[in-house]
Amino acid sequence: MLKTFRLGGIHPHDNKLSAEAAIETVSPAETAQFFLSQHLGAPAAPTVNKGDKVKVGQLIAKATGFVSANIHSSVSGTVTSIDVVADHLGIRRPAITVKVEGDEWDENIDRSAELVRRTDYTPEEIIKRVAEAGIVGLGGAAFPSHVKLSVPPGKKAEALIINAAECEPYLTSDYRTIMERGEEMLVGVQLLKKALGVQKAYIGVEINKPQAIEKLQALSSEYGEVEIVPLKKKYPQGGEKQLIKAVINREVPSGALPVDVGAVVHNVGTTLAVYEAVQKRKPLIENTVTLTGKIAAQQKNFNVRVGTPISRLIELAGGLPENTGKVVLGGPMMGKAISNLDAPTQKSTSSVLLISDSEAERREPSACIRCSRCVSVCPMGLEPYLLIRQTERKMYEALEQHNAHDCIECGCCIYTCPANLPLLDYIRLGKTEVLKIKRNRK
Amino acid sequence: MNTIIVTIAMLSALGVFLAIVLYFVAQKFKVYEDPRIDEVASILPGANCGGCGFAGCRAFAEALVANEDISALFCPVGGADIMNQAASHLGKTAAEKEKMVAVVRCGGSCELRPRTSTFDGARSCAVIAATYGGDTGCTYGCVGAGDCELSCDFDAIHINPVTLLPEVDDEKCTACGACVKACPKFIIELRKKGPKSRRIFVSCVNKDKGGVAKKSCAAACTGCTKCLKVCPHEAITINANLAYIDHTKCKLCRKCVEGCPTAAIHEVNFPPRKPAVEKAEVTA
Repeated sequence: MLKTFRLGGIHPHDNKLSAEAAIETVSPAETAQFFLSQHLGAPAAPTVNKGDKVKVGQLIAKATGFVSANIHSSVSGTVTSIDVVADHLGIRRPAITVKVEGDEWDENIDRSAELVRRTDYTPEEIIKRVAEAGIVGLGGAAFPSHVKLSVPPGKKAEALIINAAECEPYLTSDYRTIMERGEEMLVGVQLLKKALGVQKAYIGVEINKPQAIEKLQALSSEYGEVEIVPLKKKYPQGGEKQLIKAVINREVPSGALPVDVGAVVHNVGTTLAVYEAVQKRKPLIENTVTLTGKIAAQQKNFNVRVGTPISRLIELAGGLPENTGKVVLGGPMMGKAISNLDAPTQKSTSSVLLISDSEAERREPSACIRCSRCVSVCPMGLEPYLLIRQTERKMYEALEQHNAHDCIECGCCIYTCPANLPLLDYIRLGKTEVLKIKRNRK
Repeated sequence: MNTIIVTIAMLSALGVFLAIVLYFVAQKFKVYEDPRIDEVASILPGANCGGCGFAGCRAFAEALVANEDISALFCPVGGADIMNQAASHLGKTAAEKEKMVAVVRCGGSCELRPRTSTFDGARSCAVIAATYGGDTGCTYGCVGAGDCELSCDFDAIHINPVTLLPEVDDEKCTACGACVKACPKFIIELRKKGPKSRRIFVSCVNKDKGGVAKKSCAAACTGCTKCLKVCPHEAITINANLAYIDHTKCKLCRKCVEGCPTAAIHEVNFPPRKPAVEKAEVTA
């Protein structure tokens, strides 16, 4: 019997079209743009001025506070402006623009492909390097990783869980990372274990990736206590709380952090970034981005420098098909349709998904028929049909009582609704309002 | 026959006894309420719109009766007439307030502000504003899903299907402020209604730099300061690339309207201007 989480969940077709496409390295574009806020928490403060020369891997914006992350240039060239730039949603946010000239790397970065296995670091050293490298969670939420590694006093991490579930349909960046750089990632797992002071690590992989499970099982024997946990295929298994429930059968209560139940979860991409930061002194300037979709001319997995325009990736995969309805950043379930193709990629960009106009079309909503399907699929045990009404009526106290702030925005409710109600659109709004009220109360 | 009489007598006696009990209970637990509250409430419009800042007309009536000084209280729906009636009924003096009206400060019609994307999710301004930058290049302007129209209790604001911008009906608008609160982009403002409903305002809230704003919308205020220089009453201020006309200082001279290069300053309910030639002769 395969493990999985208890409440809710759905089974969309996985459409892993780009699974066999090897990772290709993309050379930098003419300009690269770096938003000062690519992570949760306080925006970084620029450390360069207009006209400065920067190298690949040079610090260009410094973290302001504990929950914040450094930002490094992923290209070499001249800083042309520090001004607002429209992001993928058309919202103008402060960013540093660098005009690319050559490809000159910072001398401290080890660019060889040689596998470094040494793990004789102290936990503090590892955490410091992770913070310096500006690593954030690459699973999507972009939460600064050094914060997760610094276990608060009085609490104890007991298990490290590596999230290789990749439950979102279409996405294959984590799968490709395991297949091509699995060994480096496993060294990363050891480093994370050391930083947290835990004995055991688990890697949760969904059963639809049998090759990845085989490969990890073959490799893991050399790397101490690492257990590969095959999981049933069910969305949203890659949600932090869902994965903890599936792998070690512990439930994170509402409002609590995973570390409260002794678990720390990191994504495959993040683990690899930790390896590179500690062993190679390479900050987070590159990530793996899947470019896929049924209508995409070519299925691709790219190794992309942060700050590359999204349009460049689309061009490299054969351009935008004529019948494109939506371009989605992220997976089809949680990703957001974007309105600005020239926007740069960010640290947490994992995929660019092209959806045809016929598939992207939303159906006309009708009245709720109280079938309660949304309730049975909600992995957080919420009542979406109720939350949408309460948001429409601005009943924020009631929303709080019904735990709207626990919503992980996985989209199971909207996926399953037979009345095509825009459930998540409203719940996301209600959740933001409730969080705002809770923050003000503090 | 006897049974019937006994039954009636018993029930009557019981009725009288319970009535006496109820009378004493009512006396004991009586809550005194100022009779004037009901009287004042009957004078008020009864719209329960919340424009006065209270939960409804009755709550407002209670406040009118309870407070000695009612100069801070005002019913925007009833206006000065109703306020004076209510005040004279209570023997107090009502505040003098000018008539206000809701003003939509966005002139980005479909023609002037080209659409760059389409949103096919929930038809709600609040949802659209929380989801992304909007379906045009301007992230400040009206998103046109009609939250203001839904919020209006007086049928006074409607989305024009051609321009996709809300339009306010001067006659019906009571300046209750419901649409001001409903708009997630903070476009709608309560301004002085002005003599003969004439008013001048900057119909733009875009704070982007001039070039960026102009690129996304042909009717955007670019913060060029032309209006600032021409205004004789110091009613205009420019903040973050955006001009704002203070409606308490504006004397409706219309000088700023003529000079605005993007026609972002709107004048409402003015008679048509005299032809330019004639005017030149007059000044000469």
